[in-house]
Amino acid sequence: MAISFEIPDYVQQMAQMASFLAQTYMRPYARQLDENEHERPVEFINAIWPILRDQQKASLDKLVMSSNGGNGGGEQSEKKKRSSTRNLQLMLMVEQLSWGDAGIYLCLPSPALGGFAIEAVGTTEQKLRLLRRFAEGDKPVWGAMAITEPGAGSDNSSMATTAVFDEEHNEWIINGEKIFITSGKLALEESNGLVIVWATVNKEAGRAGIKPFVVEAGTPGVSIGKVEIKHGIRASDTAAIVFNNARIPADNILGSPEVQATKEDKGFKGAMATFDASRPMVAASAIGIGRAAIEFVKEKLAEQGVTIPYDAPYHKLTAVQRDVLEMEAQLRAAYLLTLRSIAMLDEGLHNSLEASMAKVKAGKAVTWVTQKAVELLGMMGYSREWLVEKWMRDGKINDIYEGTGQINTLIVARRILGYTRRELA
Amino acid sequence: MVSFTPTEEQQLLIETIRRYAVKDVRPVAHDADEASAPPLDVVKTGWQIGLIPSAIPEELGGFGEMSAVTGALAAEELAFGDLSVAMHVLTPALFAYPVVLFGTAEQRENLLPLFLEESFPAATAALLEPGVFFDPHELQTTASVSGSKVILNGVKACVPLADEAEYLLVYARNTETGQVEAYIVDGQAAGVQIEKRELLMGLRALPTFRVKFSDVSVDISARLGGAVGMNYDTLLNRSRVALGALAVGVARASFEYARDYAKQRVQFGKPIAQNQAIAFMLAEMAIEIDATRLMVWEAAWKLDRGEDATREACQAQRYAERMALQVTDHGVQILGGYGFIREYPVERWLRNGRGFPTFLGLAIV
Repeated sequence: MAISFEIPDYVQQMAQMASFLAQTYMRPYARQLDENEHERPVEFINAIWPILRDQQKASLDKLVMSSNGGNGGGEQSEKKKRSSTRNLQLMLMVEQLSWGDAGIYLCLPSPALGGFAIEAVGTTEQKLRLLRRFAEGDKPVWGAMAITEPGAGSDNSSMATTAVFDEEHNEWIINGEKIFITSGKLALEESNGLVIVWATVNKEAGRAGIKPFVVEAGTPGVSIGKVEIKHGIRASDTAAIVFNNARIPADNILGSPEVQATKEDKGFKGAMATFDASRPMVAASAIGIGRAAIEFVKEKLAEQGVTIPYDAPYHKLTAVQRDVLEMEAQLRAAYLLTLRSIAMLDEGLHNSLEASMAKVKAGKAVTWVTQKAVELLGMMGYSREWLVEKWMRDGKINDIYEGTGQINTLIVARRILGYTRRELA
Repeated sequence: MVSFTPTEEQQLLIETIRRYAVKDVRPVAHDADEASAPPLDVVKTGWQIGLIPSAIPEELGGFGEMSAVTGALAAEELAFGDLSVAMHVLTPALFAYPVVLFGTAEQRENLLPLFLEESFPAATAALLEPGVFFDPHELQTTASVSGSKVILNGVKACVPLADEAEYLLVYARNTETGQVEAYIVDGQAAGVQIEKRELLMGLRALPTFRVKFSDVSVDISARLGGAVGMNYDTLLNRSRVALGALAVGVARASFEYARDYAKQRVQFGKPIAQNQAIAFMLAEMAIEIDATRLMVWEAAWKLDRGEDATREACQAQRYAERMALQVTDHGVQILGGYGFIREYPVERWLRNGRGFPTFLGLAIV
């Protein structure tokens, strides 16, 4: 190995394809979907569904091959060790699509966060069974993840949704309310999708009692509650889901029997492991929005004859030029931290510290960069005629979801200090 | 392929320098700073690690290849020990690297053997100039060509180890073309006047000098790169990368010290690190140090590929100088009253950390 920032050609080509989709199916619809909240980005969904579906199919076919390959588990773990570019591809795709429109990007017909959980905790059988729906058919399908509750946000281990096993019917019975679920309505009401629901099987056990369950579309006792009206990412639906004696099959508890039965918090750690993959992707999305804002600002400044001289000394820079340089630097710092967390993920290394670092930095950077962009463009920055004000509203969510900047800072702090949750609360 | 793992050779080098920084440099850094005197034995040991010879290509008698990435890795570790010692050990590079990169065959042949010897080479470079506004592209020091001679005039500031330098690489603006050129000047040449030692807020263990050039006449063959000259922007960018890496080293020193202190210092019945106010400062320091290091590496990597790295190098340096100030300030803050006491190193790191916006030309990779 050697230190290198080289993105392989085939990954760049993939990013270029995403850029094309962003320019063609996202940007032209960005304002309309922002002004008409809850309207669906139909053109984008129809354009991208066949691509994602075929990718999912290819990955499932591979999984079938390797699980039929004889020495099953061993080969699997060896494969994991071998470095790939899977997450790097995803990161650059997310960055490009979020440059197009962050709200529309969240409508990607895919397993989404639910997929991260299935990949992180699910058995091979579960992966094949649950992800199949994302690999076939003409109609798009969505996945989602339900963790947050009205009384359990950052402190998600205090969740109150319960899962009780009914031995007679060999089913789990789920009760409770989950909120802030991205694409929850698309997954359960508008497609044959699924939602990963985290619920406790034993409240006294705390984190050890929390397990992931798969709730599929059409399950009786599951209903969509409020669909939120939001500050930004308005093209994306953020739904509440109510579980009223919702019954799901016994084998829809995610993970191996050991994970399911353990008295330790391995199941919950699985939830946390999904963050190792999802947080860098949130950071990537933040970077895409930030880049959109910076590119636009530079374009408008250039029209006014203002260029950005990188090697000019401080006394030769105007305040505006200094701002733009700082915006670019902040975003680059976030990009590189994200790239590192992604490279580690692709190498199969434990990256939770680096993922949280990237998330903290990118959330902060996009917030500041987009707010600054509104300021720099004066009245027109504030105007809904241009997209800058929308990017500011869209960008902010990245400092909030998948763990706020503060919770991720806490995670970083614990790690660098070697403290447990009790030692640093 | 994207990777953040140094080569095995680089890792060995990092370990060697880290050992040197912790075992040799740290114990003498305080006294050297207080006495404003370089710890020459320790500098000698640092020289013997062989950083600069290993950046001189084999065909020129060295045993390596010039790499900005390797240089950045080394600079960070050296500065983790002490910034004055780091810049002292690296001072000969200010002369040697431009010669390696842009020297004529004759210049390389004549000058580079000096850097392959066991003793510390007495060579330095003069770029900075005194005054409030400094622009490396608009130097006040001039080079006027007259026949086969060039006449140098001007004042340079913060020239490291100028008092003992046998050779100086002097950057000056050609009065005809307006281009910046570099000239190899004998330290004893007529008209070269080593003025007073600079009195600085930090960097106290590194002697730096104001140097005046009054009608200094050199042969035109003393121009770096001869008629072709040099790529000045490349040299500036290599300096920016070096400064960025040094800034990361200083910041990391402060961060690690403050982190360990915060875990030991008990107030209100618990270590102060168990307060979010302190823990979050430390987390932010760690994040910013890592981010800066990656920016420095990216610029260095581009330089090693022979690409234009102006944007990356400038941004990395700018980011690094702000980061170094913020982190070293936090270091002092976390130690509270003790942070203000010179017995503790964090105030020294703050004084050293503040200097990076003005250090252009004082280090190179």
